[in-house]
Amino acid sequence: MTILKTDKITMRFGGITAVSKLDMKIDKNEIIGLIGPNGAGKTTCFNMITGVYVPTEGRIFFEDKDITGIKTHEITKLGIARTFQNIRLFKELSVLDNVLIANHMRLDSNLFSAVIKTPDYRKKEKKIKEKSISLLKDVGLEEVMHEKSSSLPYGKQRRLEIARALATDPKLLILDEPAAGMNPQESMELMEFIRKIRDKFNLTILMIEHHMQVVMGVCERIYVLDYGIMIAEGTPVEIQNNPKVIEAYLGVE
Amino acid sequence: MKKNNILTLISIIGFILLLLVLNITLGSYKMRIFNLCGIYVILALSLNLINGFVGLFSLGHAGFMAVGAYTCALLTMSPETKEMNFFLEPIVPWLKNVQLPFPTALIIGGIMAAIAGALIGAPVLRLRDDYLAIATLGFSEIIRVVFTNTQRITNGPLGIKGLPTIGITGQSWEIVIWTWGIALFTIIFMVLLINSSYGKAFKAIREDEIAAEAMGINLFKHKMIAFVIGSFFAGIGGALLGHLMGTIDPLMFRFLLTFNIVLIVVLGGIGSITGSVISAIVVTISMEALRILDADMQIGGYIVKGIPGMRMVVFSALLMIVILFYQRGLMGTNEFNWDWIINRKKKIQKI
Repeated sequence: MTILKTDKITMRFGGITAVSKLDMKIDKNEIIGLIGPNGAGKTTCFNMITGVYVPTEGRIFFEDKDITGIKTHEITKLGIARTFQNIRLFKELSVLDNVLIANHMRLDSNLFSAVIKTPDYRKKEKKIKEKSISLLKDVGLEEVMHEKSSSLPYGKQRRLEIARALATDPKLLILDEPAAGMNPQESMELMEFIRKIRDKFNLTILMIEHHMQVVMGVCERIYVLDYGIMIAEGTPVEIQNNPKVIEAYLGVE
Repeated sequence: MKKNNILTLISIIGFILLLLVLNITLGSYKMRIFNLCGIYVILALSLNLINGFVGLFSLGHAGFMAVGAYTCALLTMSPETKEMNFFLEPIVPWLKNVQLPFPTALIIGGIMAAIAGALIGAPVLRLRDDYLAIATLGFSEIIRVVFTNTQRITNGPLGIKGLPTIGITGQSWEIVIWTWGIALFTIIFMVLLINSSYGKAFKAIREDEIAAEAMGINLFKHKMIAFVIGSFFAGIGGALLGHLMGTIDPLMFRFLLTFNIVLIVVLGGIGSITGSVISAIVVTISMEALRILDADMQIGGYIVKGIPGMRMVVFSALLMIVILFYQRGLMGTNEFNWDWIINRKKKIQKI
């Protein structure tokens, strides 16, 4: 079953075409990689899917619903969550608060009942807190729950960002360079972790990653972008042997 | 009920009793300053919600205060007083014979300010940072200029004199109960709001707008909620201020007034309710106490001519010192809580 489909999406900034006529089709429960040299338009592609940019041309379908031009927060509500290339946590707030905030939109309480704390609101709040704590347990951050999120070491901040994205109850999780700045040991753990959350939360995962070991190890299918154009698509083995990909990465003689 | 809630309840009751005692023991001058403290607490908290918790740099507070003050004043004054005030041009007929009890007028004043906040917020809240500050400042000046020129509604630059005193019966104990009662209400409301899920969403917007939106927070809606609530309390504060002074005119609501409130919020700690409350009281009292700086001074036999406005220079210098060396203000983003005091007490006992 297709969960996300992009139909010839194009993004132009003035005279520059960052992404050109990109077609992607992602099935449920897949782990998809999006790779390409720097400036290939990968993050632009993510920004279009999450509603940060509206594509100049083309349509995006999520679960057969046209989401082109819908606002970011509404797309999140539909079930697409993301992490950022440069970690964007709520730095001054505690680890637990970071995750609780992601639940805010699902709380569905109006301002009045939240301020006077009606029994119904209390019940919902309690449930959300329990859910958040169990989520933090899943990612191994329950011990630092009450610490300021900016005080965490880098790897844990990455994991917290994923936990925060998971707290929005996504169906599709988009990871922008999750292994950036990680050492080989941490990268191996990350691969395990990505597989684990996919199975546990029944997710579809789309990730940008430069770390080839991670991409080849965890992704089931890979799209390759170069100068905004999709040059290859296939399984890790196919991609590794694709002459166009080798050319894009290494150049030709 | 939890122990901390009981402690809070006891201290609130204690504080109200203290208010009544103070009303008898303090003279009318001191009592007036004390009431002013209460009003500044309301104003500081309302600005802190917008600037400190949601991180919107708004400088439009004086405008919303003006809306609240004028609305409340025009609704509470008797037709005779209005006629005396509007001697250049008569007041518009539909306002002339309206006279409502103070509480109703106060709430309408707040609501009018909230409506003004919503109308201004709709276009302005799409902006960020400095641009937002300039736009809100501009709108606040527009409100003031409009009030200066709507002679038949606001009496223009002449202002309105003879506002009835705060309260229903007009007795002095009522003034303190109203000002500090509303201040207490504002404090409790803000604490509940900030600790709710909405408060967390506000802080998330302050920390990182892009991430907050990606977490499903509707930026515009939440900014609007905070802006409208802030404007509402600014309107209430403005109305109380007008009625405490007994006279209002457009010049009262210049940028300087906004500046004073920003000063209180920054000194207290942007994003701290406790800080705003303490700072509002301290600043209001010192504004009065430092009046000696404006007067002639005798330094070692010489008489230095007083410079009016000298205390504002001192305050500006103070603000600069705070910004340079103590950026997070008095409280930072910390809040008062009972556990903190109880733990402290235990520590002292151990020693």
